[in-house]
Amino acid sequence: MATTAISTPAYRGEYSGEQSGLWSWLSTVDHKRIGILYLYTALFFFMFGGVEALILRAQLGAPNQHLVSAEFYNQLFTMHGTTMIFLAIMPLSAAFFNFLIPLQIGARDVAFPRLNAFSYWVYLFGGIFITVPILFAVAPNGGWFGYAPLTTKPYSPGINIDFWVIGLQILGVSSLAAAFNFLTTIINLRAPGMTLMRMPMFTWMAFVVQFLLVLAFPVITIALVFLLFDRFFGTNFYNTVSAGADPLLWQHLFWIFGHPEVYILVLPAFGLVSEVLPTYSRKPLFGYPVMVYSGILIAALGFGVWAHHMFAVGMGPIADTFFGLTTMLIAIPTGVKIFNWIATMAQGAIRYTTSMLFGIGLVGLFTIGGISGIMHSSPPADLQQTDTYFIVAHFHYVLFGGSIMGIFAGIYHYFPKIQGRLMDEKLGKIHFWLTFIAMNLTFFPMHFSGMLGMPRRIYTYDAGQGWDLYNAMSTAGAMIFPIAMLIFIYNFFKSRKSGEIAGSNPWGAGTLEWSIPSPPPDYNFAKIPTVTSRYPLWEGKEVDHESARINSQEGKTAAELGIVMPYNTIKPLLVALGLIIMFCGLMTTPILIAAGAALLVFSLYSWLLSPLEPEHH
Amino acid sequence: MTAPAARIHVAHTSAPAPHHYTTLGLDSRKVAIWAFIGSECMLFVSLISTYLIYKGRSVVGPFPHETWTDPTTGHVLKPILNIPVTSASTFVLLMSSLFMVLALAAVQNKEKPKHSRGDRILGNSKLWLWMTAIAGTTFLGFQAFEFTSFVHEGLTIRTNLFGSSFFTLTGFHGAHVTAGVLWLVTLLAIDYRRGLGSRDSLLVDIAALYWHFVDVIWIVIFTLVYLIK
Ligand code: HEM
Ligand SMILES: [Cu+2]
Repeated sequence: MATTAISTPAYRGEYSGEQSGLWSWLSTVDHKRIGILYLYTALFFFMFGGVEALILRAQLGAPNQHLVSAEFYNQLFTMHGTTMIFLAIMPLSAAFFNFLIPLQIGARDVAFPRLNAFSYWVYLFGGIFITVPILFAVAPNGGWFGYAPLTTKPYSPGINIDFWVIGLQILGVSSLAAAFNFLTTIINLRAPGMTLMRMPMFTWMAFVVQFLLVLAFPVITIALVFLLFDRFFGTNFYNTVSAGADPLLWQHLFWIFGHPEVYILVLPAFGLVSEVLPTYSRKPLFGYPVMVYSGILIAALGFGVWAHHMFAVGMGPIADTFFGLTTMLIAIPTGVKIFNWIATMAQGAIRYTTSMLFGIGLVGLFTIGGISGIMHSSPPADLQQTDTYFIVAHFHYVLFGGSIMGIFAGIYHYFPKIQGRLMDEKLGKIHFWLTFIAMNLTFFPMHFSGMLGMPRRIYTYDAGQGWDLYNAMSTAGAMIFPIAMLIFIYNFFKSRKSGEIAGSNPWGAGTLEWSIPSPPPDYNFAKIPTVTSRYPLWEGKEVDHESARINSQEGKTAAELGIVMPYNTIKPLLVALGLIIMFCGLMTTPILIAAGAALLVFSLYSWLLSPLEPEHH
Repeated sequence: MTAPAARIHVAHTSAPAPHHYTTLGLDSRKVAIWAFIGSECMLFVSLISTYLIYKGRSVVGPFPHETWTDPTTGHVLKPILNIPVTSASTFVLLMSSLFMVLALAAVQNKEKPKHSRGDRILGNSKLWLWMTAIAGTTFLGFQAFEFTSFVHEGLTIRTNLFGSSFFTLTGFHGAHVTAGVLWLVTLLAIDYRRGLGSRDSLLVDIAALYWHFVDVIWIVIFTLVYLIK
């Protein structure tokens, strides 16, 4: 609470507080700016993955086409999935974690600002590392779940899989570092009075997701280490031919990570929508405690359902029954959330803003994906559906209809907070309707092509199997997405420059982040607030005009207010760079490993031994 | 809903404020190290489970607890684990945890007056940090000895499932001990440069938490890999 100390700290030269220029971005440790970096980078990868998808759909638009080779098709679908999951949706969520968590809990920054910068740079470098190979047609080609032994050296001798194994390992470092940071932030940097049960629902879901990350990522780390050792050092973890390895080891390890991962992908979107729906319905979130508990329950159960991805391998009736049942169980807390969102909207004074439309879109579309999920939670039904386009339909309804719709709802809702200006609502609505139509036109027919037996991951097919029309529809739908995206991008940059000035709380929302200017000053809160309710801006009585006035003041610098801010520093970037160079060395020459390690150790020590911020007085 | 005016109050600056306000009143690094340890648990759970799943599934020897006769050459390979030697290294690692406790206590009580020779020895943070680091290094020495003798007896990381999962598991643990020793050496360097005092106890505290965790993991590995046949 050293927040009202008035003595002016003597800033050293390193602290510039500059808000512009390339260097200020490379050396920033401000959670909001790092959030913006995440946002732009992830949107870029989202579009890159989207282009890959467009090529896939163009290839499948009609039977017997040869737009791309079978081999390149494999690379495309592998990289499409890997990109969307690890380089688009997770970092888009991270953009919101960064930007919002400190603002929602009344903090000046995250617990470890420099570690936060490190996470971003590792993500960026890892993203480049895993993406570049497709430009040279040597991209990973084993599917986003990289089943071993298929991905071991004898079956995948090229360097394609090496990029995947190492790339995911790098991205894992980024996710784990960020997870420790956000977990600590939420546990330890909540403003006075911000009890757990007063936390905004987005922060709650973010909290749950950090637990999932912390517990699930080590498992895939180890699975990847085994694969790396098998490929580079000739170990036998996945050597089923001569060493007697278990062909299911990878599948178990991967899905113990993989199923929690799908909740890592969707819970942040659930959190965003839980902010959006109450705001535009002008009602508090219905059943707040139940929303919290269902989120926790989903996460906990999420660790006990992984083998529903493996019904087809013949685990036997007991395992099948167990995992079928747990999977059906998990639909209960999920359903509870849907009903609570509907109850939140019921009899509210609804404003159909773009954000609200995307929010409602999530409620509807995710439900469809949830229902197809329950369909294949039954092993006998799943045996008909697994590895067909029915599964592709399912996970696009949950991932596009869930995660992406939620994230767009979040972008339209928070754009004014981030940029200080409103997005154009008219263009926004066109974006929404085009996306909504494209989404359903693309993915709904896949339920049918899948039910008719069309396998996923085939690069072409013969005519006359009843799949032609559905595939043509899916391809037609897919071609609408780029139009929608272009409108979004145009709107984004136009509004950024010349949108209507937003003011601190354009939507009349109730949570703390709306009590400060838009965009927020680098120190966020001039005075750390004391919180007494879930929607501190909504309670009419007992208004503390004094602190509201202080926190909504614009134009005051941290120095004027006597707030100590961390130094900008390039060191996290250098450590990240050292790490990447080491991993590159693994694929080329040991000299690079040594060089990378030297850079890493040197910059890490220099980081750890230098103070985060000026001394207090 | 036009009144964004807030029902928020301003925190009072009572009492000597801590460095930064924290919800738990704890330094954030302490919270983070627990999160890190939780994550590390899952890492070792994955490694240990794999070892156990692959136990007894190797097609060729050497094996951990049984002799094996090579059908082609007729060579007889003895059980490979040397339990007396590893018991000794385990004991050394256990002692290192004791030293670590003493090192932390010494740093925490740095400013307390020392009346006797015993007090001075117990209060010597450099001594206990050295002892911990040396014990850790000794453990690593044992491990290097173990690994090389296994290789001489015909077990490498590529020989069989046992070799792959054994070397990876214990190697990962060894890497954690190595990181811990480097951490201790860094603390020692700070101690020599400017002296560790009670205000630094958090630095030693989190290192100690990590060290004890690595130690506990070894107890689990020693029991499951070495002791249980
Ligand atoms: C009601 C909740 C859900 C249920 C009951 C459910 C059930 C299932 C089942 C049984 C499968 C395996 C199908 C097969 O491969 O044969 C599956 C696949 C999948 N699910 Fe779900 N699911 C649910 C929610 C979600 C959510 C929320 C997401 C992500 C946001 C998701 C993403 C996926 C993905 C990506 C796959 C396919 C993985 C692959 O094979 O590449 N699911 N789901
Ligand atoms: Cu699943």
